[in-house]
Amino acid sequence: MGKTTAEKIFDAHLVNEPFPGTKVLRLDAVLCHEITTPIAIDDLIRRGKDRVFDPTKIKAVIDHVTPSKDTKTATQARILREWARRNNIRDFFDIGANGVCHALFPELGFIRPGYTVIMGDSHTCTHGAFGAFAAGIGTTDLEVGILKGVCAFRQPKTIKFNVTGTLSKGVYAKDVILHIIGKIGVNGATDRVMEFHGPVVDAMTMESRMTLCNMAIEAGGTSGICQPDMTTVDYLWPFIEGEFADKEAALADYAQWRADADAEYDQTVAIDVTALEPTITFGYKPDQVKTVSELAGTKLDQIYIGSCTNGRLDDLRIAAGILKGKKIAANVRCILSPATPKIQQQAMKEGLLDIFMDAGFCVTNPTCGACLGMSNGVLAEGEVCAATTNRNFSGRMGKGGMVHLMSPATAAASAIEGVIADPRKYL
Amino acid sequence: MKTFGGPVLFLDRSDINTDEIIPAKYLTEITKEDLKPYILEDLKLPGFDPKGAKTRTAKVIVSRGNFGCGSSREHAPWVFEVNGITAVIAESFARIFRQNMFNCGMAAIELPKADLDLIFSHATEDDAAMSIDIEAGILTLNGGGKQKSFNFEISPFDKALVLAGGWVDYADQKY
Ligand code: SF4
Repeated sequence: MGKTTAEKIFDAHLVNEPFPGTKVLRLDAVLCHEITTPIAIDDLIRRGKDRVFDPTKIKAVIDHVTPSKDTKTATQARILREWARRNNIRDFFDIGANGVCHALFPELGFIRPGYTVIMGDSHTCTHGAFGAFAAGIGTTDLEVGILKGVCAFRQPKTIKFNVTGTLSKGVYAKDVILHIIGKIGVNGATDRVMEFHGPVVDAMTMESRMTLCNMAIEAGGTSGICQPDMTTVDYLWPFIEGEFADKEAALADYAQWRADADAEYDQTVAIDVTALEPTITFGYKPDQVKTVSELAGTKLDQIYIGSCTNGRLDDLRIAAGILKGKKIAANVRCILSPATPKIQQQAMKEGLLDIFMDAGFCVTNPTCGACLGMSNGVLAEGEVCAATTNRNFSGRMGKGGMVHLMSPATAAASAIEGVIADPRKYL
Repeated sequence: MKTFGGPVLFLDRSDINTDEIIPAKYLTEITKEDLKPYILEDLKLPGFDPKGAKTRTAKVIVSRGNFGCGSSREHAPWVFEVNGITAVIAESFARIFRQNMFNCGMAAIELPKADLDLIFSHATEDDAAMSIDIEAGILTLNGGGKQKSFNFEISPFDKALVLAGGWVDYADQKY
């Protein structure tokens, strides 16, 4: 019997199985940010164990609230900063070099096929785009990960998503994943890995695959996983060229993590995207989705383009393509938060930031910012935001505020019209 | 090991998420104790008052499916812990929340829908209280002069974490 990608990674990283059904895995990367890590650091200090299992395998960034907005967030940043210095963590990213964790770490080549990755952040599933097992965990798991380099998991079952058909103009990875979540529900993949297959996924860029995997958690999934292929190798090549003779050699090596043809799945879900329209959430749960035709005309107060879901260069290019030469509607305010400094700089070179600013957008520094309602664009009570983020819970972007999740294209079209709008007429 | 059981707070809805349990704006607190006043602050449920007496006296929460979905924030179990709530009973849990509970030495107990329906039928009784025996896997509901027991199962690993007082202590001995 063949194995799924997650099963192969579990077998290769197994430390032991202390009880039936629980597997303790060796970790390749422990990622940290300033919201969930400081309490772990504090507890390690209190226990007299202020050390790390391997400073080269720990990566840390200040991203959720940056630059700090008040004394409390400045203190969180300081705790992380001083800890990284003290423990010789070289891959620590502070103001000027920092960006949204799930965009920044892949961009730096830190995530490789076959890796085990944890972070005290639910959207860690993003990194599965590289053929890694990447799971969000809480502060206690993080603390043990930092100290011991291990984490315990119930071996997850795997759901195979076979994505076929042709994406229409104006329909993107974000629409695909919103559609999938709408189909299986917010707990449709609880204790499951979502393994994405099919010609549509094969044709996606790494950016799009990250968007796809990013929202696995919104269906309860432990990790999203894509199959490593030449697209993966091309993306990672600047970081791995010293390790392999050529790209074919890298591909051959990474192929060991691809699921076997006869792997056993808990479930196989067929998704044909041919008739898929731009898809948008309408309620307070990510599985409450409708098409843009059903929601067009919905009143908006704010547009937010950014986050670990859709704040990457491809996303900015698509949105700018729609905004070029246009102005945002008078009734909305619009914010662009490029996910990393590199993305911001490249967008500047390509003239994308000019397009956004000429249209009337405010461009912020790279940060999570308004995505989780902590800074940089928090909503007032009763306000409605069109956002390219991943979570539409009540109050997510500010108490009493409402969020419609959508693609960057739909967000850009909505910025122009001041209400939810169909991007296809601008393409 | 922590102690389990006491007055019950009934939250009759599925998909109660971590933002409702503790909003993101309080994630800047540096100590668990500072989270205390903000428990369930954004949860809107008919008849539920996050500042009410029931929230303050509860030791057990009973809810429905997919409890604790959303963010990985361990602030969710912590805000329960500092308010004296050490057990949540639900039809199912989101993975990260469930593990965070056990990692803190607290209990996330799953029961079938039929059992929960029965338990929820006591939701109107002011004296509803529960005793929980983790080792034996039995919980007993007392209320309105009646008593009813239910069997539950938690995985052997999760039980070991509860007995050890949490994952850090356990892992420190073993790894
Ligand atoms: S951008 Fe939003 S979802 Fe992504 S890590 Fe930051 S707060 Fe979380």
